[in-house]
Amino acid sequence: MLEIRGLTATVDGKEILRGIDLTVPTGEVHAIMGPNGSGKSTLSYVLAGREGYEVTGGSATFDGRDLLSLEPEERAALGLFLAFQYPVELPGVGNANFLRTALNATRRARGESELDAVQFLKLARAETKRLSMPDDMLKRNVNVGFSGGEKKRNEVLQMALLRPRLAILDETDSGLDIDALKIVADGVNAQRGPDFSALVITHYQRLLEHIVPDRVHVLANGRIIRSGGPELAHELEAKGYAGMVAEAA
Amino acid sequence: MNVALKREELPKGEQGFLARFEGLRGRLPGDRAVRDAAAAAFREAGLPTLRDEAWKYTNLRQVAETSFSEPLTEFADCAPLLARLPALDGSRLVFMDGRFRPDLSTVPAHARVATFAEQPDFGALARPDRHPLVALNTMLAEDGVIVEVPAGVDAGLLQLISLAADAHGRPVAFHPRHAIRLAPDARLVLLEMSVGEGGYLHNPVTEIEVGEGATLLHVRLQDEGRVCRTEIHARLTGPHGIVHLNGAQLLGGRQHSDFTTVVAHDAPHCASRQTVKNVLAGRSRGVFQGRIEVARVAQKTDGYQMNQALLLSPEAEVDSKPELEIFADDVKCSHGATVGELDPEQLFYLRTRGIPEPEARSILVRAFLAEALDLIDNEPVRDVLDRLVESWWEKQAA
Ligand SMILES: Nc1ncnc2c1ncn2[C@@H]1O[C@H](COP(=O)(O)OP(=O)(O)OP(=O)(O)O)[C@@H](O)[C@H]1O
Ligand SMILES: [Mg+2]
Repeated sequence: MLEIRGLTATVDGKEILRGIDLTVPTGEVHAIMGPNGSGKSTLSYVLAGREGYEVTGGSATFDGRDLLSLEPEERAALGLFLAFQYPVELPGVGNANFLRTALNATRRARGESELDAVQFLKLARAETKRLSMPDDMLKRNVNVGFSGGEKKRNEVLQMALLRPRLAILDETDSGLDIDALKIVADGVNAQRGPDFSALVITHYQRLLEHIVPDRVHVLANGRIIRSGGPELAHELEAKGYAGMVAEAA
Repeated sequence: MNVALKREELPKGEQGFLARFEGLRGRLPGDRAVRDAAAAAFREAGLPTLRDEAWKYTNLRQVAETSFSEPLTEFADCAPLLARLPALDGSRLVFMDGRFRPDLSTVPAHARVATFAEQPDFGALARPDRHPLVALNTMLAEDGVIVEVPAGVDAGLLQLISLAADAHGRPVAFHPRHAIRLAPDARLVLLEMSVGEGGYLHNPVTEIEVGEGATLLHVRLQDEGRVCRTEIHARLTGPHGIVHLNGAQLLGGRQHSDFTTVVAHDAPHCASRQTVKNVLAGRSRGVFQGRIEVARVAQKTDGYQMNQALLLSPEAEVDSKPELEIFADDVKCSHGATVGELDPEQLFYLRTRGIPEPEARSILVRAFLAEALDLIDNEPVRDVLDRLVESWWEKQAA
């Protein structure tokens, strides 16, 4: 279970998160919606442990462990996964090698045996097939020359292989065509279960038709201003953020 | 000892090298006049000092104050150094402290190979009067390899491996002299790997000739000891020749490495390509000097040179000095240089995938260097880089 209490954080001295309170119980999927620049990606970076994002107050725990004192790789070892809004290109790093290194690092951390190249390829091919990704995406350099949608699928591929216990998906739906959206949503739904939680950041109600969330939160100006059931997404669609922000003020 | 050396005025290192020359003079292979001229040039110039811009940060005083021991011919153990390199199929020529080791070598089937010791050949391109360390090499070269690929022959992949270590703590210096010659329409992929440990001076000079329609792909990988200076002269002698001279160097501690190349385009429609990558940690210093000379007849020359450095420490330094000397009017020549650090965003991305920081750094270092090897289309060659970076990384962490 993820528990965030009174979390404040600054970037370059500028306060972006102004007191976030949020609980995602184990097994639940929560959505975060909110205007551009409201701090959604900042929250996901702070949870993943990005340098330069300075926590000035509050706490974030995962299964009772203090997340904020851990290195990014230690958070990953606990089962945290962030699908980046803007996946990073790694020229000179083959995607298959990258995925296998990540998977084996994760398996090591969990006390599982590492996979050799053959075992890994079998697994990776099965997952790429499920995500309707062409095989050659394993051979190419990580995200280099990938289209916007291909990058997002590659994030979901990583999630599928690493099997995190808490996935933060930062606008993974942006840039996806209609079929890809469905495939990606299926990928997330396939992970759902009693030991998997997710924080799905999105601007679009459409994604939430495929991944039906347990709760929806609205983040504006560095704070959660409303929380509710899936119907909150519909209300937003009708009112827009401006209306809701005005109401909350 | 010759009194004319004015030994009391010479610092130890120079005196030592000159004394060594005097001692070996009657026994060194090759043209004695060439040796004497080189010795005169070396005596005149002396070793580079801290006043020489390119050597400012290297404590060459260490070299200057050292009397180098004879390279020992009886090295008990090359195995730990060889173990840093994966065993690749095909032919390889192995040198230990500058001496050819037939017992560790497999001579290529499709090329003629001779050693400098048997068939001394100074070539015509390296100029002892231009650099004191070339003079030093010409004066003291004892061994090296001469590879000739006959016309129309594809000699495949040849590894040129140089292993080096000091003599149980005592410094050694060695000055191999190599020549690589490709007859018309010949082809060779030359993978040169230099690894070593300790306080030694490695000072190889290589001369390359590429004939009409011939192609040489040369990649030099190094993880060396204290001081290394490599000078390569390549000459394109006939139309439509292609030469690639790539390099990937790993430097750390107080190492100094100078990689100097001169590519002479003496015929039209030739291409030369260089991608040189340096990774520098600690207080190391890397120098790349690349010169392209295009003769008046060498129209339609295509020359490209790129030097990129990755600085892993604020105290490391890199110097890049490209030079173009062009006498033809219809040519395409370009050069560029970049210096950067590891990208924190890429590091973060890798770490969020559970990859520990040291491993993430190592992945990015390998990715940076990989481009220098891309032209060799051979999967096992990739392992070379992985292994080299891995052992280098362990040394840096130690
Ligand atoms: N490095 C930085 N320096 C200065 N300001 C920053 C930096 N990074 C983020 N910000 C600011 O922080 C605010 C929150 O950004 P964030 O990326 O978290 O928004 P978001 O809610 O994810 O927006 P979007 O919906 O557009 O993705 C923005 O105003 C942004 O300009
Ligand atoms: Mg964002």
